[in-house]
Amino acid sequence: MLHFFQRPRSPFKTGVLVLIWGWMLTFVLLPNVMIIFTSVMTRGDSHFIEWQLTLDNYIRVFDPLYLQVFISSLWMAVITTLICLIIGYPFAFAISRFPAHVKPFLMLLVIIPFWTNSLVRTYALKVLLATKGLLNQSLLSLGLIDTPLRMLYTEGAVILGLVYVLLPFMILPLYAVFDQLNYNYIEAAQDLGASKIKTFWHLVIPLTMPGIIAGSLLVLLPAMGMFYIADLLGGAKHLLIGNLIKNQFLDARDWPFGATASIFLTSAMAILLYAYWRSIKLMKQQVNV
Amino acid sequence: MTHPPSVLVSLKDVSKSYDDKTVLAALDLDIYDGEFVTLLGPSGCGKTTILRLIAGFERPNHGQIILAGEEITQQAAHLRHVNTVFQSYALFPHMSVFDNVAFGLRMEKVAEPEVKERAIQALEMVQLANLAHRRPHQLSGGQQQRVAIARAAVKRPRLLLLDEPLSALDYKLRKQMQNELKRLQRQLGITFIFVTHDQEEALSMSDRVIVMREGHIEQIGTPRQVYENPKTLFVARFVGETNLFDAVIQTKNNHHWTLTLAQQNVCIKARTHLAHLAEGQKVKVLLRPEDMRLYAPADRQALADQPCLSGKVIERNYKGMTLDTVIALEQGGQILVSEFFDEEDPDFDYRLGESVLVSWVANWEVILVDEQVSPSVAVSAVEEV
Repeated sequence: MLHFFQRPRSPFKTGVLVLIWGWMLTFVLLPNVMIIFTSVMTRGDSHFIEWQLTLDNYIRVFDPLYLQVFISSLWMAVITTLICLIIGYPFAFAISRFPAHVKPFLMLLVIIPFWTNSLVRTYALKVLLATKGLLNQSLLSLGLIDTPLRMLYTEGAVILGLVYVLLPFMILPLYAVFDQLNYNYIEAAQDLGASKIKTFWHLVIPLTMPGIIAGSLLVLLPAMGMFYIADLLGGAKHLLIGNLIKNQFLDARDWPFGATASIFLTSAMAILLYAYWRSIKLMKQQVNV
Repeated sequence: MTHPPSVLVSLKDVSKSYDDKTVLAALDLDIYDGEFVTLLGPSGCGKTTILRLIAGFERPNHGQIILAGEEITQQAAHLRHVNTVFQSYALFPHMSVFDNVAFGLRMEKVAEPEVKERAIQALEMVQLANLAHRRPHQLSGGQQQRVAIARAAVKRPRLLLLDEPLSALDYKLRKQMQNELKRLQRQLGITFIFVTHDQEEALSMSDRVIVMREGHIEQIGTPRQVYENPKTLFVARFVGETNLFDAVIQTKNNHHWTLTLAQQNVCIKARTHLAHLAEGQKVKVLLRPEDMRLYAPADRQALADQPCLSGKVIERNYKGMTLDTVIALEQGGQILVSEFFDEEDPDFDYRLGESVLVSWVANWEVILVDEQVSPSVAVSAVEEV
């Protein structure tokens, strides 16, 4: 690190450094400072913020009403993560076992949905799930049901939407670890007398743990903030933390409280990311990746 | 082996192909109890496939594999009493050295106190008991290698398969591990099947060497048989360096043959195993570089009744123990002569471009029938210079 700074800089290097630091300061540090600043202000009627220091917002976050939103939001995010893991794990494994020339194509299929805005895709889900939507109509015409099922505006619909949008974020890191997984380890385990199940338990799961953790974080954290999915598929009842924040800023016009809620979400993410970073460090000591 | 050995593993008419590529073609092979066998051959000759078939990672397309009298052709790998030392070691990175060694015993549901005792014993055997708590990546290559051996041997298999286990080690460590493996094999009394493409390794370690080429066996024999009496040109060229001459049998009787070799008549002892060859038959004469001798042109008188070729020194390589000299022959072609240092000999050191005479130790020639020689083989060629 030291000799990096001592070396004479090229104009290119200076330029890149200025750009990066400028970007980080303007678009990361400054907004966050503004949010922290806002969170300790008082709500104002004419200018959004009144210049009066207060910690009321931080006390209000622990109001059972909001705590309820936090908890149910976390619950939905956890369920979403588990479903993504259950679908994504075998999926990523299967892709990694395909011949090398097929793999990029299969990964492309996973990535293609990214090219369509997730808002549009969520609307598509809404069309499918609506009372008079495609799914209900098909089931009705097949005679499987007599009355339309209520699918839209349920917790299940929100979770479905979250899984649908976030599944690739689970598959990508899992695919990365499966693709790196040395098949020799699995053969060695079998050679030493481990059955398929034991090999999976003692070798495959521990060796893919970095991917499991990374994928889970990439799903869990955004799942708590994707307000438009809860808006479109959950109606007014199934709120995520993201909805709470959005409502405070746009509907209730309570910027200081919205800022406080967003600080809570950010802190939760930061804590989880720190836990991930620690666990990776521990893994690195254990697993020679 | 003094008493008649019993067969431990048998491959009967085993074939294996991937897609349309045949890797093993109708192979028959018996491996005896307690021996150290080496499968030697260039990459792609099928030697690793044999190992993988015996270990159970692959199934043959055809044929049978029999281990200790029991057919195991279709048996799952984890049920076979065979263990493998992998080329990459494949030590489990998330487990300590001890847990790696204990893994196989735990899979067998051996009671934990016994697991502990046996795992430590196995680690003591490879002198690593003091590093039992470490992770594999904290060990050197040679230490990882020894853990891999301990992990495979701890299960007391009938048969230990070693897939080029020393190829990742540097020269000195490799030598040391070769000796250690030999010691372990004697100590444990387990049959070892060792795969390598390093002929020196194969010769120095094995009871028997199996030379393979393109999915079939070229020759099976003791290291000495394979080196001194190669059955085919391929074996001769793969195992050690060779000088090769085209020759024709001119006359033969029960005691002597006369060959024309590099436009000279050479008299050699009759080869009884080749008695069927007729006069006029083309043959290949094979000479090892270390059997060749160099003389100064002035010595021609003294060499009167010995085969003698003349040429010029075009290359000299100092190898420490030996001095390798490449000679361009007057009759065309090049040969390699490898001589041990003799500090007493003032003539030992020849200069580049100097004219010399080349002879060899009489009757150490290997005669091979010409029919198996592909046309591309040069008149006389220095191999692997």
